[in-house]
Amino acid sequence: MNEQEHAPHHESTPLWIYYAVFAALLVGTGLTVFAALHDLGVLNTPVALTIATVKAALVILFFMHAIHSTRLTWIVIAASFLWLGVLFVLTFADYLTRMWGLQ
Amino acid sequence: MTSVTYHDVRLMEPAQTRNYLNVDYGFFSWLLTRDHKRIAILYMISVSIMFILGGFFAMMMRLELLTPEGDLLTSDTYNKFFTLHGIVMIFFFLIPSIPAILGNFILPIQLGAKDLAFPRINLLSWYLYIIGAVIGLYVIIVGGVDTGWTFYTPFSTQYSNTHVFGTTFGAFIVGFSSILTGLNFIVTVHRMRAPGLTWFRLPLFVWAIYATSLVQLLATPVLAITLVMLMVERIAGVGIFDPALGGDPLLYQHMFWFYSHPAVYIMILPAMGVASEVVAAFTRKKIFGYKFVAFSSLAIAFLGFLVWAHHMFVAGISVYSAMIFSFLSMFVAVPSAIKVFNWTATLYKGSVSWQTPMLYILGFIGLFTIGGVTGIFLASLGIDVHVTDTYFVVAHFHYIMVGGAVMAYFAGLHYWWPKISGRMYPEWWARLGALLVFVGFNLTFFPQFILGYVGMPRRYHAYAPEFQVLNVMSTAGASVLAVGYFLPLVYLLWSLRFGRKAGPNPWGAVGLEWTTSSPPPKENFHETPVVTWDAYDYPAMLKAMGETQNV
Amino acid sequence: MSAIETHEREHHPFLQHHFEDMGQQHEASTLGMWMFLSTEILFFGGLFLAYAVYRNMYEAAWIEGAHHQNLVLGTVNTAVLITSSLTMALAVYFSQWGRRIATFFCLVATFILGSVFLIIKAVEYHAHFEEGLLPGAYFTYHSALAPKVELFMTFYFCMTGLHALHMVIGAGLLIYFMRRAWRGDFGPEYYSPVEIMGLYWHFVDIVWIFLFPLLYLIGRHA
Repeated sequence: MNEQEHAPHHESTPLWIYYAVFAALLVGTGLTVFAALHDLGVLNTPVALTIATVKAALVILFFMHAIHSTRLTWIVIAASFLWLGVLFVLTFADYLTRMWGLQ
Repeated sequence: MTSVTYHDVRLMEPAQTRNYLNVDYGFFSWLLTRDHKRIAILYMISVSIMFILGGFFAMMMRLELLTPEGDLLTSDTYNKFFTLHGIVMIFFFLIPSIPAILGNFILPIQLGAKDLAFPRINLLSWYLYIIGAVIGLYVIIVGGVDTGWTFYTPFSTQYSNTHVFGTTFGAFIVGFSSILTGLNFIVTVHRMRAPGLTWFRLPLFVWAIYATSLVQLLATPVLAITLVMLMVERIAGVGIFDPALGGDPLLYQHMFWFYSHPAVYIMILPAMGVASEVVAAFTRKKIFGYKFVAFSSLAIAFLGFLVWAHHMFVAGISVYSAMIFSFLSMFVAVPSAIKVFNWTATLYKGSVSWQTPMLYILGFIGLFTIGGVTGIFLASLGIDVHVTDTYFVVAHFHYIMVGGAVMAYFAGLHYWWPKISGRMYPEWWARLGALLVFVGFNLTFFPQFILGYVGMPRRYHAYAPEFQVLNVMSTAGASVLAVGYFLPLVYLLWSLRFGRKAGPNPWGAVGLEWTTSSPPPKENFHETPVVTWDAYDYPAMLKAMGETQNV
Repeated sequence: MSAIETHEREHHPFLQHHFEDMGQQHEASTLGMWMFLSTEILFFGGLFLAYAVYRNMYEAAWIEGAHHQNLVLGTVNTAVLITSSLTMALAVYFSQWGRRIATFFCLVATFILGSVFLIIKAVEYHAHFEEGLLPGAYFTYHSALAPKVELFMTFYFCMTGLHALHMVIGAGLLIYFMRRAWRGDFGPEYYSPVEIMGLYWHFVDIVWIFLFPLLYLIGRHA
């Protein structure tokens, strides 16, 4: 219906960024499998979660355009993870202290 | 876009012209409407039906409790009745009431908007509510459920032979109604305010609904997934929450209460919003400490997420986490107290008038305070061990939910009734109703504090004979309360046909909703308003209008 | 009196009347989708919490359960989904520039890759069933930790099942968008539907990014 004559009114991410993030995500996947196959002791889980977090951050920032988004969007993203954090921290406050002293 | 000032209000005719009620006729113009005002009316009808249903279960329970023996209902039936009373009242009445009815109707108008951000999603919310309600009704007809509204495991998953799956599925569906409504409200407040309407010019009702919506958005999904896991366990026979199979029933409780505690703030925050509106209107003053009240709504929403395990003090959580939750629970009372102080300070040297909305709200302030401070008793570990699972808890939450939320709901209903219907309700009948509700309420629930303290457990259909006198008082009160609730049903319906026609601003209040006709036109305003005044700016309004009030 | 002559004003055919302009509509829809995703974070988050609590309690059974997952298929699926995220992002990009055919083909590619993911998932589920690892009545797996492994498998199926359900819904939505893109509905003034579809799809990808290490990669070192 309407061919492009003018640029979109939002900042458009240049194409090469998408390909770069894609490559980084594949590398991250290979890296996490590689790390899992080696014994890093107690670090296995933190390493896996860190890689996953970095991958997720790349998707959020670039694929989901968070880097170009409003402050309100940032607040929504941050608040969601914060609330999830509250759920985890306070629940584990019970589970991790059940075997202490009195209980 | 011109600026609508209060001058123009006097020039407006009562609505003989087209308004949202008469702009379109026919069944489908209502069932397929995208108008937030019509959707609010649809909710009003369905929520009122559920309120009557929940009240029926309450009445049956109170009748049984007239005598110490379990002689009216079997214990199984009694279990079903208190379960259904809780489920119907919480999920199908209290959670939607003020947000889905008054919020839906009034919020866009107070923002100067034509509608909510997502009108079709608003309609979807109502249909999800109806589907959830139909499932709930079906469950009731085929035999009900007896697990308590809390569905504690493993009883609900392994041992109960009632319709647990159906009920939890109905609750799951109605949860999405709540989530979508909250989502709609938040986006509307952020993106659809009229020009000039900055955050700190917003009515406090908007702040309250906004805070409520945050809670609806973030808490309800956790209930949804918890119910999913419960349904999976029930159907597949796995042991997610069953200790015999390695599961932990306390994990269910943690996840359930992560929603259900913030849920009580979903129920009370909008009530507080109504209180601010009514106190301002009927003292003809701006609310004392506006910013404190606004921020306290947000604080309640946030802090409400940090306290859930105070419902689990004797369930088996570690003493250390119990201490943490007890400590945090003390904090959540602070912003509520700030609001009560501010409303009270607003009354001081205000020009107080005693119409029905004000009567309900004055009752609200007192009863909510009593309910709130008894919450502090419960938050204190030592006391809680003594009174948990007794009628003390029952009295506590009914003071807040009924003495608080329901009374504020009635206040809001009466306050905005002229705007919604274009008619005035009969004032003296309404005052009688308010009086009966107040007296009936206290007679019903104050004895229950005493009963709980001396040891009567909750959820029992039989009790020790020495508790009978107080139980009889409570049931007598419930009968008075029932009459008090019945009256508005009658006279509000009566007023639709015979009530005095209302002008745009019968109370002489400040707020965008009072600058448009009663009932409003379909687009709410004939021209988008431009706001140049602060919230509750009575001095400016009175000056602009030359001190006269138009009714 | 009535000022509802806005109809006579020139406006975009896809402008909904309660909005003032396309900009407001775009901002509202984007914010709406982000808020919806925040509910999804809490929704999946509940499952992650329960998973974490039991992993903390039954570490050995969790490792045993993870060992029964097909590492090759899981890794391939991760790559497939990441690629589908790329094609989805490209679809949004091309819709912003009004490039109709490119948008359409990127959406088709996303749909195909999503379907490949689901097919591989079905293969994995079937294998689990064959091994007797389906929780409930068909659970015939035997080992010292079998009851707790059944709990792990319950989480495996709930988490990947919920994820797959979201993929199926996403696939259905993609078909709807492929039609609209083919019709040429999207351009610089109106591409927000594709963008919010993208947000949804990327979110589902992120959930998998976390599911993969948590369900497949525990205790994999020999």
